[in-house]
Amino acid sequence: MRVLVTGASGLLGGDVARQLVRQGHSVGTFQRRPSGVDGVEDFRGSINDDAALRRALAGAEGVIHLAAKVSITGRAEEFDAVNVEGTRRLLHLAREAEVRDVVFVSSPSVAHSGAAIMGLGAEQADPQHARGDYARTKAEAELLALAADRPDFRVAAVRPHIVWGPGDTQLVERVLARASHSRLPLLDSGAALIDTTYVDNAASAIVAALHRMEHVHGRAVVVSNGEPRPIGELLAGICAAGGVAPPSWSVPGGLARAVGAAVERVWTWAGRKEEPPMTRFLAEQLSTAHWFDQRVTRELLNWTPAVSIDEGLARLAEHYGPRASETGETDRLR
Amino acid sequence: MRSTSEVDAPGAVRRWHVLDNGAQLTRRGLTPIGTLLCVHGNPTWSYLWRTLLSAGTDPARPWRVVAVDQLDMGYSERTGTFRRLADRVNDLGDLTDALGLEGPVVTVGHDWGGVISSGWALNHPQLLAGVVLTNTAVHHPSDSPLPPALRLALHPAVHRWGTTTSDAFLRVTHSLANPPLPADVRRAFMAPYRGAGRRDGVGNFVADIPANASHPSFPALTHVADGLRGLKVPALMLWGPKDPIFSDRYLKDLISRLPHADVHRFEGAGHLVAEDKDIAGPVFDWLAVHGTDISGSAVSGDDSRLVGANGAPLLPNKPAEEEKTAFRPLWDSLGQLAAGSAKEEIAVAEMAPDGTVSRSLSWRQLDQGVLDLVEGLREAGVGHGSRVSLMVPPGTDLTVALYACLKLGAIVVVADAGLGTKGMSRAVKGATADFLIGIDKALAAASVLGWPGRRISVQDLPTARRRILGVETSLHALAESGSRSGVAQGNAGRREDHPLVMVDPDAPSAVLFTSGSTGPAKGVVYTHRQLAAMRDTVAATFGIHSGARLVAGFAPFALLGPALGAVSVTPAMDVTAPRTLTARALAEAVAAIDATVVFASPAALRNVVATRDDLSGSLMRALANVELLLSAGAPVPEPLLAEVQQLMPQASLHTPYGMTEALPVTDISFEEIRAAGADVATGAVLGAGNGVCVGTPVHGARLAIVALAADGTAPGENCVTEAGVTGEIVVSAPHVKKTYDRLWLTEQESAGLTGWHRTGDVGHFDAAGRLWVEGRLAHVVTAPGAVVTPVGAEQSIERLDAVRLAAIAGVGPTGTQAVVAVVETEPPVPKAGPATPQLAGRVRRAASEAGVHVSAVLVVPAQPTDVRHNAKIDRTRLARWASRVLAGGRPGKP
Repeated sequence: MRVLVTGASGLLGGDVARQLVRQGHSVGTFQRRPSGVDGVEDFRGSINDDAALRRALAGAEGVIHLAAKVSITGRAEEFDAVNVEGTRRLLHLAREAEVRDVVFVSSPSVAHSGAAIMGLGAEQADPQHARGDYARTKAEAELLALAADRPDFRVAAVRPHIVWGPGDTQLVERVLARASHSRLPLLDSGAALIDTTYVDNAASAIVAALHRMEHVHGRAVVVSNGEPRPIGELLAGICAAGGVAPPSWSVPGGLARAVGAAVERVWTWAGRKEEPPMTRFLAEQLSTAHWFDQRVTRELLNWTPAVSIDEGLARLAEHYGPRASETGETDRLR
Repeated sequence: MRSTSEVDAPGAVRRWHVLDNGAQLTRRGLTPIGTLLCVHGNPTWSYLWRTLLSAGTDPARPWRVVAVDQLDMGYSERTGTFRRLADRVNDLGDLTDALGLEGPVVTVGHDWGGVISSGWALNHPQLLAGVVLTNTAVHHPSDSPLPPALRLALHPAVHRWGTTTSDAFLRVTHSLANPPLPADVRRAFMAPYRGAGRRDGVGNFVADIPANASHPSFPALTHVADGLRGLKVPALMLWGPKDPIFSDRYLKDLISRLPHADVHRFEGAGHLVAEDKDIAGPVFDWLAVHGTDISGSAVSGDDSRLVGANGAPLLPNKPAEEEKTAFRPLWDSLGQLAAGSAKEEIAVAEMAPDGTVSRSLSWRQLDQGVLDLVEGLREAGVGHGSRVSLMVPPGTDLTVALYACLKLGAIVVVADAGLGTKGMSRAVKGATADFLIGIDKALAAASVLGWPGRRISVQDLPTARRRILGVETSLHALAESGSRSGVAQGNAGRREDHPLVMVDPDAPSAVLFTSGSTGPAKGVVYTHRQLAAMRDTVAATFGIHSGARLVAGFAPFALLGPALGAVSVTPAMDVTAPRTLTARALAEAVAAIDATVVFASPAALRNVVATRDDLSGSLMRALANVELLLSAGAPVPEPLLAEVQQLMPQASLHTPYGMTEALPVTDISFEEIRAAGADVATGAVLGAGNGVCVGTPVHGARLAIVALAADGTAPGENCVTEAGVTGEIVVSAPHVKKTYDRLWLTEQESAGLTGWHRTGDVGHFDAAGRLWVEGRLAHVVTAPGAVVTPVGAEQSIERLDAVRLAAIAGVGPTGTQAVVAVVETEPPVPKAGPATPQLAGRVRRAASEAGVHVSAVLVVPAQPTDVRHNAKIDRTRLARWASRVLAGGRPGKP
């Protein structure tokens, strides 16, 4: 099968493309930078560039759409342009190109209004109540994508929850960087139970969705390791793997959320580019439970995660082990 | 509707508001089994019955539900008249005539609607098929005041303003809901009563309460109250005991009028019981159980589990056959021994703290004391079926009082102080004793907390003290008076053949309360036959017979001593706190009677071992002669048994397993425990492991397993004994309880499998026929793809050096719960919260050796345990706490 993967220069996108190649599929990738994945045909371009997209889509039977603007800060219009309009264009052009199946890679945050999530399934995406521009625009895009589903153009949404692994800049590098500067507190002693997804598992679930479209099309599924852990323990595990001291100070979650909200406003107002030390979103992520019911997901995708959290942490330690000894941890993390 | 009530002019027409699902049933082509006629009280309206209306439309068991708004109430007409009870009963008949209501009809009433619906029931015997009553009353004894809340509402200065002018009476009534009513429900209850002009009915209703015999409605109320005694149709009472007006005393009165009624008290619910609890489920279950009695024909629907009758399910393992041997009452040995050669030897004794015998009775004295007290109690009004609450510590007084009450056919109520004041108060109020026999402390609590029952002290009290405590007489005085009457009558008339002394073997004899470690304590009813069977089981299983000498350090078995014909001595200890038994006190008790048998709880044994250094040589030798030790109530850890064995090297150590509903169920000795442990290690016996081995069934008992389903319940009817099948443990034995007291729903669940008692415990058999207990059914965790019973993983975690006590709990929705291990460490942590990553890792690995995948590990300074055994961890409470913490809340305390 010919499959186009958008956003393959990212950690997860690259892994998805590699798994497809390994399965013997003909894989095209589409992103602004080179994908760095062996055995694929790289198409480079912006998601808003119709001509480039048309070229990439030619002959594709399946599309896995990962390209998105993922960050904590940024202007609302940029999120709208990439995440909502980009998806709308992709869906349109994919139909035009007679693509049969589209897997839209989404995020559980599309249905997260900030309250603790304990054992829920994939709730309806809700742009109105999603927290922050990223979640809002992904929610809108997911609704668009699922609305486009029909028998000859099958669309499914897969929402991997907190993806991490070697080379991950979203969670692992941030945690290590903050922890090494003692800028990572535990909120409410770090007991909030958090589900996460080791990157290989997220990628295999996305690939599984493409193969199981007859079961999963028209639906959204949350994907995780199904091994919720207290956030403090998870962060300590990541720090241990990265060779830095784990967070040792704790602040009340309510205070952190309030401070985060204030910092976020000041940061945006001041137009600073680097990430703020604490955001409301981050405070919520670190202080409230979010773990999911994986039963439906596993049944629909006929998939189980191959790498456990402990195995994932071991691989992370292996990844950082040589680097830590070569460069010294402080240099590495700056 | 044309009114025939006296208050109306002839031919007057009244407009009613009625909720009726009849038309809906017809539209859906459903033929109702019968009609529920629902009558609200004051100041509610038909809205109260909305759950019954929707449940009645269930196609599986359609019932027409007619819920009326009484005239001047709800959305019915404001008549401008003062309608009294007789009018209202007549009004309801006018309405059902106009509706052309056909039978069978089951009336449902609440508050004064209970009286009115009962009045209708008495007037329509040809239609009536059953009555359901919720928090109501039909009789108020003329010698006692009305409940304070009603007196206030009736007070001339308050009445009109409180009920009509303002909406205070409505608001107060709505505030009785527990939990509080949601705002929309509160608004709905208020809606028809907005404006003083719409509230005349509310005020008139209150004014129509007959506070005394001169009240115009008194005859009508008396007519209903007396009439109920003649009703033979099935009756159900659903009660919220937290009702400041219709308290348990009114329930007791109703039970006395309808003794065949099924009764369920919803602990924690109040006056608006239909709002506080789901009553629709119970009402329709009850209708199904009474199927043909009520509908006159087979009820559709297939609730064979509840009916448990026709076409009985095929059980590979049949329940134990009823013992057909002749009934020998519990007190049978007393007369024999008192007449035999041992009559002057000690029968019961109590130890003083200084190691001497403080009191004792010979068999002759015990028998005579019981006979005298029987006579005295009878004169005081105790008779067949009287409930007598016994609040006397184990010892001679309790023994005499207990056997006297049983011989009289009274029902003894035993709630031990281990429940704590609150739990005990709840228990004794619910049991509504007629008499309370207590020591000073219990009587003081009774007068402060308003426990029911005429009060009898143990010792004679000074007049002033008696007055303060409201004590009528004493056991001592009753025995003296009974002795005098006995002498006057001559002893011949006082033996077993005395007609008043004959008891029905199948009549209730005792209400014993559960420990309350899994929800509010439940009253468990035993018949005389079942108590006698308990004695026979203990005798046969442990070989305790006439002539045995035992130390009774554990209350439930202590009382069996005289019944077994065994000499019994109570050691010097605070029996409400087993931990207070010292090695010295135990050994002195053993030495006093050369005891061969010791009963002691695990907590008591722990302290005995801890205080062993105080033993002198002679006391050590006394213990060395003990032949049998029984310890029940909670599992006894093997290392503790090993230490006890050192103290009593000759003794066979047994740790029977059982519950208040069935004492005992299985037995296992220390040797057998060790053998079972060895089998776990070798893996040679299929099913050995994953739980606490409790051995094999006691004499006369049969056990089976109902396998667990994926949702953590044991729904099937298939009882198996195959090795390795985990499920709810069910037991059948002649000494299993008769029923739960005033807990009809609980009884339905526990006795849903005909002939078996569902224990609420989970476990499995091994290939050697031994039972392994894996925890409580309510504590089963339903992880994705795995139903987790707690004990196996807990045992594995507790093998870690750093862990003293572990508990497994689940958080999240059924079927996808995250497994949490809560551990108490050694040394204890100062603050509850998440475990360190190091400890969490070790606990997780330990649990996974038992096949359980733990998500989170939390530490607590101390596990919340029960008061009675100090061993049963309140996992339900832990799960609630863990759920809060792991959601991201502050840890606080579990």
